Amino acid sequence: MDYFYLTTSLVKIVALLAVVLGIMNYTVYAERRISALIQDRLGPNRVGPFGLFQPIADAAKFLLKEDFTPGHVNKFYYWLAPCLAMIPAITTLAVVPFGSSLFGVPMVIADINVGVLFVFAIASLGVYGIVIAGWSSNSKYPFLGGVRSSSQMISYELSLGLAVIPVFLLIGQLRLTEVVSYQIEHGWMIAPFVGDWTNLRKWLLAIPMLISFVVFTIAIFAETNRLPFDLPEAETELVGGYHTEYGSMKFGLFFLGEYVAMITGSAIIVTLFLGGWHFPGIPDGSQGWSWGLVNIFVFFSKVAVLLFVFIWVRWTLPRFRYDQLMRLGWVFFFEIALVNIFIAAIILAYFPA
Amino acid sequence: MAITVSRPKLNWRERAYLPAILSGMAITIKHFRNMLFGRTKVTMQYPEEKWDNQMPEHYRGAPALVRDDTGRVRCVACQLCEFICPPRAIKIIPGEFAAGDRFAKVEKFPQEFDIDMIRCIYCGLCEEVCPEQAIYLRKDYAITGFTRADMVHNKEKLLEIGGVMHGVVLKWNEKK
Ligand code: SF4
Ligand code: SF4
Repeated sequence: MDYFYLTTSLVKIVALLAVVLGIMNYTVYAERRISALIQDRLGPNRVGPFGLFQPIADAAKFLLKEDFTPGHVNKFYYWLAPCLAMIPAITTLAVVPFGSSLFGVPMVIADINVGVLFVFAIASLGVYGIVIAGWSSNSKYPFLGGVRSSSQMISYELSLGLAVIPVFLLIGQLRLTEVVSYQIEHGWMIAPFVGDWTNLRKWLLAIPMLISFVVFTIAIFAETNRLPFDLPEAETELVGGYHTEYGSMKFGLFFLGEYVAMITGSAIIVTLFLGGWHFPGIPDGSQGWSWGLVNIFVFFSKVAVLLFVFIWVRWTLPRFRYDQLMRLGWVFFFEIALVNIFIAAIILAYFPA
Repeated sequence: MAITVSRPKLNWRERAYLPAILSGMAITIKHFRNMLFGRTKVTMQYPEEKWDNQMPEHYRGAPALVRDDTGRVRCVACQLCEFICPPRAIKIIPGEFAAGDRFAKVEKFPQEFDIDMIRCIYCGLCEEVCPEQAIYLRKDYAITGFTRADMVHNKEKLLEIGGVMHGVVLKWNEKK
């Protein structure tokens, strides 16, 4: 038994979980404040300075509410669904490198060589939470929400998977730490030409990478059920969608699961396209533990910027109609992602490194 | 008759969604920035900021009883307001002045005068109907309480809100 490995892993798991749950709570707060500011309101600003204790008040409210189970639901699945919505989103974070290294310990919980496949495999389990919630609630609005969710997820999972293929064509590795170290050497994936302005190959490669980035980001929006793709919830059409019949902390798990999925999605976008924890000019953790901390900070700052974009988009765009959503998924993103793979392959074939 | 709504022909730029989405995002971020730096000011921080000095002359707040110059409660317990009140918020128990009283000519006064502020709709009909100009709608609007009983204004409370009203009705004056 390697006790050093076990202890460091355990510490990393606990620390990452704490950080992510903290970020999650404050994302909810940020969502409320930013949406308010965008709509010329003020948002929650009463609990503590600037309303910063609002998440605590929210959590207390969730926990103290009566945990009510309606009589007409399928009890087992009704209880199972919220967990299924939350757990995959958090589990995915295990393979994401959130920093370089601290005291020689790599800042990733599980550096497995199937990296991104693991992410897709686990993240798509999240749809079961929603579908099972829809079915077990035994009521028509949640049911419609569940049906919508399953078809939407399947449609966008496809472009999600296809969009990242160019990245891995280029790198030749699925391991996410390798993806980051490749980007440190060759420039960030969406702008590989930075610092190497005269390299034609990098300029050409930026085209498929940018397309990948856009398609992947939009697919993540759909995966996390955020507007403009929030059809499974669609408050105006389906009351509350799949979680109509849920209350108190069970609803809280769905609600927070969405935010954790957002954080996970942003973390993966950052890792794949935006250079992970790397920032030009900042050395990695082997230069001293303070740099290791800075790297972690850089990573979460990038995630925070993406989270802001998520929120910003949500409060800008209206919801798609269902047929538009399907058309967009199958007729545009699927094709674009497919063609993009060929573009990347051709560039790689004619301009070998 | 069916009406066909003609759809505008979109050019490729409009059909590509993304430019339109980006311009939409530019608009929202402008609002965000203006709010963040306090350039837009639309919300009044209510308990800290109030608009009391800008309330219009005709504002209808809590109804209240008033006294006249001699300190007498102007109300003569005619109960017109009790009858006109649409939600039946007013309850009056009239009493009679004793024979030798200074105001014996007035005959009646309200022994009890309750207005249930949970029921009151601030319509102002009581003020309008009162022949004695004894009840007025004041500018108090923050009427709160923890129980239903708290929300019933009795005679003392009503007089406290109302205070003294000078002038106007003089018909009970001894000299007349
Ligand atoms: S304002 Fe209207 S509702 Fe209120 S007490 Fe007077 S008559 Fe009744
Ligand atoms: S109408 Fe005027 S005088 Fe008559 S009971 Fe009401 S307040 Fe008193």
